Amino acid sequence: MSHALTIARRNLLQVRNNPQLLVFIVIQPILFVLLFTYVFGGAISGSSRDYVQFVIPGIIVQTVVFGTVMTGIGLSEDLAKGIIDRFRSLPIARSAVLSGRILADSVRTAASVLVTAAVGMLLGFRLGGGPAASLGALALVVGFGIAFAWIAATIGLTVRNPETAQSAGFLWMFPLTFASAAFAPAASMPGWLQPVVQANPITVLTEALRGLTTGGPAIGPVLRSLAWIAGLVLVFAPLAIHQYRRLS
Amino acid sequence: MTVAIEAEGLGRSFGATRALDGLDLEVERGAVLGLLGPNGAGKTTAVRILATLLRADAGQARVAGFDVAAQPDEVRRRIGLTGQYAAVDENLSGTENLYLIGRLLDLPRPEARRRAAELLDRFELAEAGGRAAKTYSGGMRRRLDLAASLVGRPPVLFLDEPTTGLDPRSRNGLWAVIRELVAEGTTLLLTTQYLEEADQLASRIAVIDHGRVIASGTADELKARVGGQVLEVRPADPADLGRAGAVLAELTGAGCPVDADTRVAAVPLTDPAWLGVAVRRLDEAGIAVADLALRRPSLDEVFLSLTGQPSKPERERSAA
Repeated sequence: MSHALTIARRNLLQVRNNPQLLVFIVIQPILFVLLFTYVFGGAISGSSRDYVQFVIPGIIVQTVVFGTVMTGIGLSEDLAKGIIDRFRSLPIARSAVLSGRILADSVRTAASVLVTAAVGMLLGFRLGGGPAASLGALALVVGFGIAFAWIAATIGLTVRNPETAQSAGFLWMFPLTFASAAFAPAASMPGWLQPVVQANPITVLTEALRGLTTGGPAIGPVLRSLAWIAGLVLVFAPLAIHQYRRLS
Repeated sequence: MTVAIEAEGLGRSFGATRALDGLDLEVERGAVLGLLGPNGAGKTTAVRILATLLRADAGQARVAGFDVAAQPDEVRRRIGLTGQYAAVDENLSGTENLYLIGRLLDLPRPEARRRAAELLDRFELAEAGGRAAKTYSGGMRRRLDLAASLVGRPPVLFLDEPTTGLDPRSRNGLWAVIRELVAEGTTLLLTTQYLEEADQLASRIAVIDHGRVIASGTADELKARVGGQVLEVRPADPADLGRAGAVLAELTGAGCPVDADTRVAAVPLTDPAWLGVAVRRLDEAGIAVADLALRRPSLDEVFLSLTGQPSKPERERSAA
């Protein structure tokens, strides 16, 4: 466990010397908040101010989900550069490399979430559910990030090439995040699309966050989010571990 | 324990390719074995199995007295590995890279810091220690990589083509460090495509091709094995070089490498009687000879006669 922490610390230290990562963690969520609020706000909700309350949970979910691609890119970079070989030649638990990576990425995720929420607040986003519900929302979205990080880890360890990990990691995320209720209400979409949007885990998590941050009903979507987290981890953690073991 | 590394019948396939096919090795404690072979001969696969990164599908191996498959953690406690590419984290400083390894080896924080500083000092990286490794030159990265494999003071060290891609100055610097480690008693297994490197650093050489050892011994023994002597012919007219090579090749039935730089054709001479025949044939072919000499074969020629292909610098020269 201490080895996983050491590797997590190393992954976080990387941010300092890698401006690209910093842009990804901090600048991108800020841009998304500003663009969505001022470009689509009026059209979707009638005013930017009303839209902020609606869209911040959606942008948080999108930021977290997109951010997990970095887990796959980071792993495939470490593989390509021989850094994972070095770790594997040391007397440390095999799991430390993967868990250290995912641990560091959870911290990164939480930072992005806080940045997005802070910028949202400057534009009028309010936490109406109280501190416990807000912390619960943070925990839920970080958990969701961990679940998606296992998908990205599986991809990164399978393709073993940072460029491919990036394109394979991002490609399916655009339809997934946009065909959801993250940025626009499902009711505004064509009838054939609505069942897809309702079933989409992005919608499920966004609605849980909306419930928790507005003080509205949250139990249903929170439970369904937890089910998605459990299901994804149950499927993809063993797959990623399997791919990691296949290295030998 | 007098044998530090031993492998018996190691095999490993990747798909349809048999990368290792019954590899046997033995390295005495404190000795340096040069594993010499062309690209794709199985050198890296062998090192990866011995360093517990890859499982063999046949045979067995023991490193520092422990079975690589059954007791990999015991092996990992006693080895250092430096691969073909400098496996350093470019986004961390030199100090942070070494501190990280120290912490992963369970050194207490102050000890990990001390060890990092000590190694940076030794590898002439102390000044650059605070900078991100991505600002380092190729030679500096290799030194940092080697330093990283030494944090735990391993008694057995694997170096997989440690100087490939380095300029001659960095290469000589790295060789000096490697010699120091050997003088301190480290057992070393070194893979290389460069005969010169094996000749310079290794006490014994194993020539490997198609996943198995095809010859081994000291550099002198290998040279003797190829058979007696080498006949070198330098035609008076450089334009005759190719023809002279062809005449010699026809005579011995072996290949005859010609070196365009030195304008010399060289052929292994297993039968001394051929010397006279060679002179006659060259004369019959109307090739005036400026220089004709008999000498012991170089490791390059040993390599060529054993593997049927020139070693790397030889190939690069003929490609140029």
